Amino acid sequence: MSQIKIVNLQKSFGDFTAVKNSNLTINDKEFFVLLGPSGCGKTTTLRMIAGLELPTSGEIYLGDEEVGMLRASERDIAFVFQLFALYPHMNVRNNLSFPLKMQGYKKSDIKNRVEEAAKLLRIDHILNSNISSLSGGDRQRVALGRALVRRPKAFLMDEPLGTLDAEFRELMCLELKKLHLDIGATTVYVTHDQLEAMSLADRIAVMDGGEILQADEPNIIYNKPKTKFVASFIGSPGMNFFEVNEGISKDQSFVNIEEAKFDIPKQLEESKGSKNFFGIRPENLTLSNNEGLKGSVFGVEYLGSRKIITVKTSLGEIKVKTDISINVKLNENVQVKPLNNNIIIFDGQTDKSLNSEFIK
Amino acid sequence: MDTSRSYLEPSSFSKKMAAAIIIVYAVITLIPISWMVMTSFKNVDSAISYPPEVLFEPSLEGYVNLFTNRSRQSQEYLDSLPPPENWYEELVRSREMVITGPSKFLGRYSNSMIIGFGSTFASVFLGALAAYAFSRFRVPLKDDLLFFILSTRMFPPIAVAVPIFIMYRKLGLGDTHLGMIILYTVVNLSLAVWLLKGFMDEIPKEYEEAAMIDGYSRLQAFFKVVLPQAMTGIAATAIFCMIFSWNEYAFAVLLTQFNAQTAPPFIPTIIGEGGLDWPAIGAGTTLFLLPVMIFTIILRKHLLRGITFGAVRK
Repeated sequence: MSQIKIVNLQKSFGDFTAVKNSNLTINDKEFFVLLGPSGCGKTTTLRMIAGLELPTSGEIYLGDEEVGMLRASERDIAFVFQLFALYPHMNVRNNLSFPLKMQGYKKSDIKNRVEEAAKLLRIDHILNSNISSLSGGDRQRVALGRALVRRPKAFLMDEPLGTLDAEFRELMCLELKKLHLDIGATTVYVTHDQLEAMSLADRIAVMDGGEILQADEPNIIYNKPKTKFVASFIGSPGMNFFEVNEGISKDQSFVNIEEAKFDIPKQLEESKGSKNFFGIRPENLTLSNNEGLKGSVFGVEYLGSRKIITVKTSLGEIKVKTDISINVKLNENVQVKPLNNNIIIFDGQTDKSLNSEFIK
Repeated sequence: MDTSRSYLEPSSFSKKMAAAIIIVYAVITLIPISWMVMTSFKNVDSAISYPPEVLFEPSLEGYVNLFTNRSRQSQEYLDSLPPPENWYEELVRSREMVITGPSKFLGRYSNSMIIGFGSTFASVFLGALAAYAFSRFRVPLKDDLLFFILSTRMFPPIAVAVPIFIMYRKLGLGDTHLGMIILYTVVNLSLAVWLLKGFMDEIPKEYEEAAMIDGYSRLQAFFKVVLPQAMTGIAATAIFCMIFSWNEYAFAVLLTQFNAQTAPPFIPTIIGEGGLDWPAIGAGTTLFLLPVMIFTIILRKHLLRGITFGAVRK
């Protein structure tokens, strides 16, 4: 088990830069998730750590060793592929023992290790089955098992739950988390699914356009996003943004938008320009009859225990996550007001959040 | 309305029509082959009788003649010999001949085997390596190279017979097994590369990446993971290559005479008394069919999947 550190890592394919000057430290025994939309460079980063792509520049440390230019086979890491990549011409047992055979273990050792891993993943009853006869979940377990038997320095997983159906995905999510607690291996996990990321990760790095925007614990990523992209990508639905056509000064504690007055946390930093964004999560908003932004109900989504009401205002559509007891009709005139001052101001020029009492 | 079957399923009438068409086609293609097999079991007289005999008394004379050299002897000489030791000597003596030794057929037949399987193995092996490289690596001028490889099939191979004849004489490759293996491999390689590239493209690259992560080198991953999965393609390609090199006639006539002569140029030269020995030629051709037939049957399971490649794999 080892720490993984990437320093000024960059990868270009021709003119296209897939990963820009990235720095990350993934701690020993940490479950680390790389999260971002497709094409953001998260998989390329993972593949560089694995040795399946060579970096254009920069360094990758596995423990104390610089491995950036080593072959994949020389790095002692395990990789779980999105499509599992189980060898279809071998049965489960041979798939699991394949990595061990290369390392020259004795036959009895291989057998023991394979059975130990199989037991841990509860696939010991299908060891002699063919890959093609397995269900998606079992294939996933075999793929994990193949990674596990080697006891590598780190596990890398590229959207391993992406092809499973929703029900199974939740189950495997729990199992993965439990497995990680059991064996405590450094794990780097790539996904575009923020729910998966939030539920699995010790820390998350949000990537976009080849850059790492923020790497923090899930609650910090959620509550204190550093950029507008992070704020919009995390959360379901994402954060609401209103454009504010005024500069934000230091120590400012409220903003007037239209006829509504919004209390904001005391600002510790002033904005660069006069166009800024005001970010507030849907659950920090509520509907009111006599104060707040005026608008009309545009849509209502029932989520069982909560309701998402989309209100059309002069500032655009605003999503409000409310209690199920609130009843509104389509096109009804309502007003939207904040529940608290958990509001983040994003600088219109840099898209970065401004420091305040709430987000330091 | 009959709802017991799906609309997508052909009606029993069209099924019957399809069966009828296939049977007619099979009969048409099988007539020459069955005629040849029948000829191989006729004796010299009934083979050339007119009208042709469909029902005849089977005889192994063709096979005996194929494997032996014989000479005609006078009745007195034949009477002076000890009684025949086995059935084929008896058969030959009834024609007033004696066996003077084995014919060249077995030698030619094994030449065909060595050259056919040798060049098939070489074509498939080299083709698989090249196809893998074209499929996975960023090869400079990839498309041009692939086109160039294909272009070697755009003229009949025999068009370059004269230069090859001269080259082979200078290189000492004329009438050698190695020379013929190289020649057939060269002809087959372009087909092998193109066919196998299609199959390699179908194999997700994650498999060999997984193997490389598991500690294998790329070459080991190729042999242990990619090749087993390309089996359908390899089987299909091997059959095509085998059929070509097994049947090839023109180059074999031109470049081989004694040492490395294959069966195709040899069989038509089997001369009997006063003309061609048709039963022996029929026997030779019948035996000549067998290896390709057996080879195809062995690989048939893969071949059927291979021919529909791309359609069923995913």
